[in-house]
Amino acid sequence: MKLLYFAWVRERVGKAEEELAPPADVKTVADLMRWLGGRGEEYAHAFEQAKSIRAAIDKRHVRPDTVITGAREIAFFPPMTGG
Amino acid sequence: MMQTTVRLQSEDFDAAAEQAALTRGRTDIGAAVTFTGICRGAESGEPIAALTLEHYPGMAEAEIERHVEEAKSRWPLMGVTVIHRYGRIEPGQNIMMVATASSHREAAFAAAEFLMDYLKTKAPFWKQVESKSGNTWVEAKGADDAAAARWDKPPGSEAAE
Repeated sequence: MKLLYFAWVRERVGKAEEELAPPADVKTVADLMRWLGGRGEEYAHAFEQAKSIRAAIDKRHVRPDTVITGAREIAFFPPMTGG
Repeated sequence: MMQTTVRLQSEDFDAAAEQAALTRGRTDIGAAVTFTGICRGAESGEPIAALTLEHYPGMAEAEIERHVEEAKSRWPLMGVTVIHRYGRIEPGQNIMMVATASSHREAAFAAAEFLMDYLKTKAPFWKQVESKSGNTWVEAKGADDAAAARWDKPPGSEAAE
């Protein structure tokens, strides 16, 4: 699946997007954040405050307990500050 | 007739011209409300050089359009325009605008506020402040979440409180 990062999540991870195939036991958005957090120092730093990171699956807001099965694109970002 | 315009762009816009376009040639519209968000020259007392807005292309448009549809289902609107800029914006320049048109002011005011509250908390944009002390991401405000949450109640229930 395609992962996208925005704002300080992007800066900490060090890239805007990447293709990754998480293992089968990564079932929810929260699982995915934990798994990403274990991928190295940059990821650990990016996902250490998982509670303040929001997610979208295929361009729609989702909650941490949302199942990621079938997702083409998952984005992680801080709370929005537009307007 | 309902006229809807949603635009994301890096260049500035003319809010007065956009509102004029919304009402031109119409005699059914009795109220037009325009809110324009403008880049301030200081944040918490510190002068800033610019704001840079990052957005999630595709989702930003979709999210704004969903909320415009929601506003249209709640109020008898005759026109809605939402324009949001991205990229570097200097103090004094426009950041975004919402314009709503209806036959009477109540719907136009309420829909404009609804759209602003939702755009602040749900549209995928992030502001970064550029100042002498470096670049910092703007933190989301709890007050904005509270402002958006008041619309979660069914329309009409506000008056009962």
